[in-house]
Amino acid sequence: MERVVDPQAKPAGSMRGWSEPLAFGVMVVTLAAAPFFAYPLFVMQALCFALFACAFNLLIGYVGLLSFGHALYFGWASYLSAHAAKVWGLPPELAIITGTATAAALGLIAGSLAIRRQGIYFAMITLALAQMMYFFALQAKFTGGEDGIQAVPRGKLFGFIDLANDMTMYAVVVIIFLAGFLFIHRIIHSPFGEVLKAIRENEPRAISLGYKTERYKLVAFVLSATLAGVAGSTKAIVLQIASLTDVNWPMSGEVVLMTLLGGLGTIFGPVVGAFVILAMQYKLAPLGEWVLVIQGVIFVACVLLFRRGIVGEIAHLLRIKL
Amino acid sequence: MFEIFGIPSQALFGQLLIGLINGSFYALLSLGLAVIFGMLNIINFTHGAQYMMGAFTAYLLLQHTGLGYWPALIVAPILVGITGMIVERTMLKWLYKLDHLYGLLLTFGLALIIEGVVRNYYGSAGLPYTMPESLQGGRNLGFMFLPNYRAWVIVASLTICLGTWFVIERTRLGANLRAATENPTLVRAFGINVPRMITLTYGFGIALAAFAGVMAAPIYNVSPQMGAELIIVVFAVVVIGGMGSILGAIVTGFGLGVIEGLTKVFFPEASNTVIFVIMAIVLLVRPAGLFGRRA
Amino acid sequence: MKRLLATAVLAVVLAAGTAQAQTSVKIGVLSDMSSLYSDIAGPGSVAAAKMAIADFTAKNPGIKVELISGDHQNKADIGSQLANQWYDVDKVDLIIDTPNSGVALAVSQITSTKNKLFIVSGAAASDLTGPKCNANTIHWTYDTWMLANGTGKALVKTGGDTWFFLTADYAFGHALERDTAAAVEKNGGKVLGKVRHPLNTNDFSSFLLQAQTSKAKVIGLANAGGDTINAIKAGAEFGIVKGGQKFAGLLVFASDVNALGLQTAQGLTLTETWYWDANETNRAWTKRWQAERGAAGKFPTMVQAGVYSGITHYLKAVTALKSGADGKAVVAKMKDTPTDDPLFGKGTVRADGRKIHDAYLFEVKAPSESKYPGDFYKLRATIPAAEAFRPLKEGGCSLVGS
Repeated sequence: MERVVDPQAKPAGSMRGWSEPLAFGVMVVTLAAAPFFAYPLFVMQALCFALFACAFNLLIGYVGLLSFGHALYFGWASYLSAHAAKVWGLPPELAIITGTATAAALGLIAGSLAIRRQGIYFAMITLALAQMMYFFALQAKFTGGEDGIQAVPRGKLFGFIDLANDMTMYAVVVIIFLAGFLFIHRIIHSPFGEVLKAIRENEPRAISLGYKTERYKLVAFVLSATLAGVAGSTKAIVLQIASLTDVNWPMSGEVVLMTLLGGLGTIFGPVVGAFVILAMQYKLAPLGEWVLVIQGVIFVACVLLFRRGIVGEIAHLLRIKL
Repeated sequence: MFEIFGIPSQALFGQLLIGLINGSFYALLSLGLAVIFGMLNIINFTHGAQYMMGAFTAYLLLQHTGLGYWPALIVAPILVGITGMIVERTMLKWLYKLDHLYGLLLTFGLALIIEGVVRNYYGSAGLPYTMPESLQGGRNLGFMFLPNYRAWVIVASLTICLGTWFVIERTRLGANLRAATENPTLVRAFGINVPRMITLTYGFGIALAAFAGVMAAPIYNVSPQMGAELIIVVFAVVVIGGMGSILGAIVTGFGLGVIEGLTKVFFPEASNTVIFVIMAIVLLVRPAGLFGRRA
Repeated sequence: MKRLLATAVLAVVLAAGTAQAQTSVKIGVLSDMSSLYSDIAGPGSVAAAKMAIADFTAKNPGIKVELISGDHQNKADIGSQLANQWYDVDKVDLIIDTPNSGVALAVSQITSTKNKLFIVSGAAASDLTGPKCNANTIHWTYDTWMLANGTGKALVKTGGDTWFFLTADYAFGHALERDTAAAVEKNGGKVLGKVRHPLNTNDFSSFLLQAQTSKAKVIGLANAGGDTINAIKAGAEFGIVKGGQKFAGLLVFASDVNALGLQTAQGLTLTETWYWDANETNRAWTKRWQAERGAAGKFPTMVQAGVYSGITHYLKAVTALKSGADGKAVVAKMKDTPTDDPLFGKGTVRADGRKIHDAYLFEVKAPSESKYPGDFYKLRATIPAAEAFRPLKEGGCSLVGS
């Protein structure tokens, strides 16, 4: 049975080494140049989604767990971060930490329930739990219902760096994104990451080798939720708004789409996927009514025609690792 | 007359009955999901959209061909079932050898497409669908006013659910189906056309969803998004019941409808979350679901 | 990645042919083109905007107006991003429409920081001219306070003095219920009870049983869209209206009535500020709108009419000032000049940004009374402009001097 990640996409060991650092270099240069060519707010938002997709990919791509409820961590983190910055008056770094901690805690609770079942059930449980928390967000007073939390102050980072300036904010977002990205890369290539991949390939075998796979899966789940929380918290500060959009189920679907389109189990795939999907949403604004249909078509096309995704296909063609 | 937690018993009976009606829809939908899952090993995310298609088809039949509710109850499920079989033949069948998750992703994409297309042509506000005259009105049961239509919903869905259960568990056709699920190669060796059986099963599961859609058309808003949120609740129902058993899906569907109905009386604010909470508890106590077999 | 144009390509340049230096402005219709509110605003608002521009430039060739449109998809973040980009990159002077209060509040704020102009027609939140008002925003067509007060007061006066609320359990529903209950009690009515239901509830029957048991004369629906429709559908089935109780829709549009069908909706009472079939002018305008929209079977809503009316008044102010660059100045001019247009008649824009005009209490006709498609309402009462909206002092808007 073919796994979620096509093992053939992984090239021979001798080829690894240069392609990833090169791609990383290209990405850093592009990000440094981007604000001079593109609208900075757009790039910042895309970076938040890119980090969100990378966090999601950690689960599906390297543990083989499809969470259909990742909006839960992204959205609740953004609520708490916005609330901390606006109502409690915390500086941005503490606001982001508050949001992230919330996501981690929610990830621990939801994760310990969800990992009790595998495969499709896992996906349905994560979806159901996220929907439940969406209803809480809708009814809770502090979230402001359909108005969301608006006019969130960006504040001063560490008390002296004023984030009101878009370029300063941009630099901070890039740093957060790159830190998150490198952290995920580190996890994947650590011994812990190797165990995760072993679980993905053959869980019973990993169990028979003496690994407590449930514990590994839970840690991976919490890590993924936490990083999604970093992305959500940052987004709330950047766009100065936290809203129901971020906790609702279409958002969970969107992050799946970004990762699938970019390439499941590739390091750069989710980043590419996030940028493509967001660019599409804005480019297609005049087509308004068709956005949903086009997203659906991309889903179907990815599943039927190119399961490796954009980056996965490129890597496969060039026989490199990305 | 006595009271339970401050609610008169008569009102309580009424609410129990209403919960049962609500549960009829859960039962029909989760039954369809269970049938499809049993045969194809795919969790059909398009189920909500196909439920919506059922309701819209009923509307279109009435508008363009003058076919009323009763014929629509048969024609719409057949038409929607056929579109389902086309989907199975052209798309789903390529996924059987892959991880199950791809089936979920594909059907999710299809659900978006269907919802988007319907919204483009018919707007989002919804469409009117009038109740057939023969089912209008209602009767006073003493403890509540029961609209005839609701009584019909219970009877019809119970009949369909039990009929399906009987066919699958008690007939030769059902025996073949179950055998094909367990061991397709062996069944094929007996000269049974397994791929065709899979197609028909998928079509039947979809027809059940469309049937529920037609039943919903006179009482719920017929809009493109009518199935999207419902399907998430049905997923939770399926997790609670476990998809291993047909009877399990039916019983859980009706049961949770009743529980949800009671929540609407005692604690209405929580009535949309109660099923999810039950799901969490069931996962803690019986991870495989109430009727599930441990995989 | 090159400059990302978030905007519609639909940019229609309706330039007049004169060669002299002209006043030139750019208008952006920011609306919901694809989801919940696309029927009450969306493409129909764009059509109304085109008509307003065409009508105005025909009489005033000295002004050049460009029109773009975009879809905020009902997401506050996408809406605020679009607004930012329109003001910064595309040099839009006026954003109009914007159904969905969350998006409208976000855009209002951005408009204020960038000193541009925002006319709200599609969103309901009365906070826009209350605690969250600013000198760059005008709220045109309707708001929650007016709906609650109009329906609540008018029904109590015509005998509907006991109420039971079915309230959507989130901020919007609570606000609607609170405002209506206040209006009911102020006019001598009584609230017998309420039940808070979750958003997007399918089955309203158990809530309706509770409403039925309360014996209230009026069941107030403090919800919107699909919830309102589902509640009324279930009500018809359980014989609520036949049993002598009455539904009062607190946020119901003609498109909802259409979705219900008159058979089910008959007897429903609701408040609107504009109705296509109210007079000859509106009917003629509707015909033109249907041609422009390319939809013969659809009927314009008050939101879409508000877009027409709002743009007309805006262009008058810009013509008088010969510039649309300074948002605050244009708003001040719009507040100084009384409004007058074919659809909403004479009116004013108040200091807090609230546009003032008459409101109407309608009752949905029975199928037998409806003579032609779109013949939905009979007029029950006219609420004069002076009483229709929240008194200036009560809103808590900082622009209002004490």
